Amino acid sequence: MTTLESPPSDNDSAFDEPVGKAGDKVFFGLSFGAAALILITLAAVAFFLFIQGLPTFTGDGTELDGDGSFFAYVGPLVFGTIYLSCIALLLATPVAIAVALYISHYAPRKVAQTLGYFIDLLAAIPSVVYGLWGITVLAPVISTSMFPWLRDNLGFIPVFGSDVAIAQSGRSTFTVGVVLAVMVLPIITAISREVFLQTPRLHEEASLALGATRWEVIRQAVIPYGRSGVISGAMLGLGRALGETMAVAIILSPARGYFWDVLTAQNSNSIASNIALQFPESSGLEVNRLIATGLVLFLLTFGVNAIARRVANAGFSGADG
Amino acid sequence: MSLTTSTLEPDLVPDDGGGRDPMTSGSLDGAPMWGIRLGSIALGLLGYVAFGSVNWALWAVIALATYMVATLLVSRVVESPRQATDRFAAAVMTSAFVVVLFPLFSVVWTVIDRGSNRFDWEFYTSSMRGVIGEGGGGYHAIVGTLIVTALTAAFAIPFGLFTAIYLVEYADGGRFAKAVTSLVDVMTGIPSIVAGLFAYALFVVLDDVPVLTALSTGVGHRSGLAGAVALTLLMTPVVVRTSEEMLRLVPNELREASYALGVPRWKTILKVVLPTAVSGILTGIVLAIARVIGETAPLLVTVGITADVNWNPFEGRMATLPVFAYNSYKFPTLPPEASIDRAWAAALTLVILVVILFSIARILSSILKPKGLK
Amino acid sequence: MNRPAVKHPNQSKVDTPVTESISALQATQTDSVVDPNAPVDMPNRIDVKDLDIYYGDFKAVENVSMTINPNSVTALIGPSGCGKSTFLRSLNRMHEVISGAYVDGSVIINGKDLYGPSVDPVAVRRKIGMVFQRPNPFPTMSIADNVLAGKKLNSKRLSKSDANDLVEKSLRGANLWDEVKDRLDKPGSGLSGGQQQRLCIARAIAVEPDVLLMDEPCSALDPISTLAIEELMLELKDAYNIVIVTHNMQQAARVSNRTGFFSIEGTGKPGKLIEMDATEKIFSNPSKQETQDYVTGRFG
Ligand SMILES: Nc1ncnc2c1ncn2[C@@H]1O[C@H](COP(=O)(O)OP(=O)(O)OP(=O)(O)O)[C@@H](O)[C@H]1O
Ligand SMILES: [Mg+2]
Repeated sequence: MTTLESPPSDNDSAFDEPVGKAGDKVFFGLSFGAAALILITLAAVAFFLFIQGLPTFTGDGTELDGDGSFFAYVGPLVFGTIYLSCIALLLATPVAIAVALYISHYAPRKVAQTLGYFIDLLAAIPSVVYGLWGITVLAPVISTSMFPWLRDNLGFIPVFGSDVAIAQSGRSTFTVGVVLAVMVLPIITAISREVFLQTPRLHEEASLALGATRWEVIRQAVIPYGRSGVISGAMLGLGRALGETMAVAIILSPARGYFWDVLTAQNSNSIASNIALQFPESSGLEVNRLIATGLVLFLLTFGVNAIARRVANAGFSGADG
Repeated sequence: MSLTTSTLEPDLVPDDGGGRDPMTSGSLDGAPMWGIRLGSIALGLLGYVAFGSVNWALWAVIALATYMVATLLVSRVVESPRQATDRFAAAVMTSAFVVVLFPLFSVVWTVIDRGSNRFDWEFYTSSMRGVIGEGGGGYHAIVGTLIVTALTAAFAIPFGLFTAIYLVEYADGGRFAKAVTSLVDVMTGIPSIVAGLFAYALFVVLDDVPVLTALSTGVGHRSGLAGAVALTLLMTPVVVRTSEEMLRLVPNELREASYALGVPRWKTILKVVLPTAVSGILTGIVLAIARVIGETAPLLVTVGITADVNWNPFEGRMATLPVFAYNSYKFPTLPPEASIDRAWAAALTLVILVVILFSIARILSSILKPKGLK
Repeated sequence: MNRPAVKHPNQSKVDTPVTESISALQATQTDSVVDPNAPVDMPNRIDVKDLDIYYGDFKAVENVSMTINPNSVTALIGPSGCGKSTFLRSLNRMHEVISGAYVDGSVIINGKDLYGPSVDPVAVRRKIGMVFQRPNPFPTMSIADNVLAGKKLNSKRLSKSDANDLVEKSLRGANLWDEVKDRLDKPGSGLSGGQQQRLCIARAIAVEPDVLLMDEPCSALDPISTLAIEELMLELKDAYNIVIVTHNMQQAARVSNRTGFFSIEGTGKPGKLIEMDATEKIFSNPSKQETQDYVTGRFG
């Protein structure tokens, strides 16, 4: 064993030699710098949008169409953004919850894994593809098969029954709502599935041991546990729908103003879609105005995401107990 | 319940000769349930007889409604009300799942079907330079997409990875780290078009700074670089999130083992922590690339579109696949079919790229996973 | 019990001189009584003086002074939570890796205070190695690379043959060579728990430290692996200064030359070194009633 003995003489001053100090400094500097750059970047986003949006208010309004009032311009867009997103959410959330439950509690494990992968893949399909599909496949189908039926049978609901003719092309709020629903569905499903799978097995087994059926287990153990997760998933989906641009820009036939009817060819546009449509042809103050609407959209999604996070945090700390 | 019967050995299940046995209450399992399902689908076909044409929507609605109602009623009669509710719930979930499959498969099928019209050699080898009408292709857009995405990855991967390293390896839960964490959350929620506007606004200002005119992005403030900046804003938070998650999964014992060998911290991170987490981090990065490769809106406002190949990301407009798809559809040249076919071919190419990236992620995560970590 | 020559460590610390020569002399005096087999010149002797160890505001260990002899095994025993691991980790400055953790006092080896102002903790850890309770081989590395990790990560250039020699020497030193020599390029995590722990020991001795700290190295192992590691400790003590934390009294009795007993008055209170003496004495005839109670199983 003596071979292992190290010569004692070279110990003497070894502790004072700094080891890898320079490397540590550089590495820490890079990491800290990157983290600091996050702060700087966000400050820059707010700053540049602000200074480029500002001329809308200070500049000569006669250069712009309409009465030049920014709020008159952005109002219908905000309405359109929220209206479209809410329709999407209303359609997507119940289905997403059911699909998530199907994947987490009904489908066989192997199948569930494949489905989970497939759902993730669908969330990554570019929105321009959904837009093309919506206008080419969905719009003609539902404008001929569903729109008349909705007007004739559900006309008592104001948004379906209107004097204005239904859009033959299908390029209406309802169609866009459905496409957006298809787009946010994978997101809500993925998050809901995750929280449903996290339900403590103990709760579920306790329920099963009492002789509960599968549905009773879901109602008693899974849904209460996952509620806040589902809500925050839905809010994230909402955030995504609010900012969705291309599908709306491709499908919707927009008009200026507030329109509640969902089946007609006159629809309130969304902020994002309006920017995409107007930006390439804009110049001068028009560009500044579009940037200002972008800032409004940023604040809108920021608010929604903040609420989503609050719900998620409140829910999880409560569910732990 | 199916759970009871399926876990029992077949010969242990008492054969009750048709009588109702509480231990084998799943008397609708197997053939009867399939009967209901197939019957519902068949009933949906009757719509064909009534209307004389195939109305797919109607078929689906009738079939699914029948399936749910029939399940509820039959189970109520044959089994018990509680069982019936259970089966009804299962039928609702299954139906929801089937309903969702329709649009999703339709999207995939449509892209393949329409995209294949121009899934040819010419599309992948020629640009739109001098092309009017038929022919032409998306070569210039593919080049643009690859350049912009590569630039984005070059910015966002170190940016996101080092931020994650800071948060996991260095931060002490102080105020700065908390601020960074919540701002990463804010960044995750930035709408893509807003990211585009930011990059545009940034370059408008930068182009006016005299010192930076060398970097000038040229006409109309459009450049591949501006697009990459916009996409970096979208990709970075995704990289931070996934890397952070993966780094936190590395057991602290490994770091301590390394420190105890007298390895400095940075080497421990570089040689022990990162290799242990590499499979998850790379998977996350590849998925993040898949997310941004199809972004259209930010590129529409920052990079624009051209007909020719532009290899220089620092100057002038560039074509990218998503914007090319959008533009070819929205502003078709005559004859419009040729333009629209090109749009679908570009869309198909994008989807193929996304699928390839997903497959890479899958393979990476299985081959790089350290054998010892479960 | 009343032998006047026996000095309690708490007393000896008072007159531990600063200069090395006197310190060595003193050590010889003190230890020649306590451990007659200890060598006369004492490189790598560790003198702990008035050490307080903190986790943020919480004082986990209070006022420990002790001498740890080279070329011997020192065991630390005591009830759970009394600060044995904390103390052990403060001996190679692993304690401060935890955020907010710090110590007050000094740990002197070869005349140098580990907590002196110009001391680099990373360099300290190269001289004072550590083996942990749970085997923790690097999952991304092969068995050979695990052994070489310390050298390689410290960017020591090793020729192929030197590397092979070091792997063999260290694995032989850890009594693992025969079991793994045919699969050196296989992942280290594919070994059994006991083998993994011996791999971790090989990894620790490959950087040629002077001191080896082991925190309950056998608690996750079966009796046979435990025996293998105990035998290994007895061999290694010829070359190293070994400090081991253990809950297993028999183990302490079997392998150690000297034993220190830590205890704690209650939760939230700091742990203290109650007494430290030759192992036979601690287990047969300790000076403190508390120690007697603990080693005979009448604790708490
Ligand atoms: N990372 C930490 N942060 C804060 N307090 C800690 C930390 N680790 C240990 N402690 C506290 O320090 C005290 C001593 O802990 P330590 O792990 O040293 O005990 P121990 O004697 O090794 O116990 P065991 O025999 O169970 O391993 C305990 O009160 C413990 O709660
Ligand atoms: Mg311990």
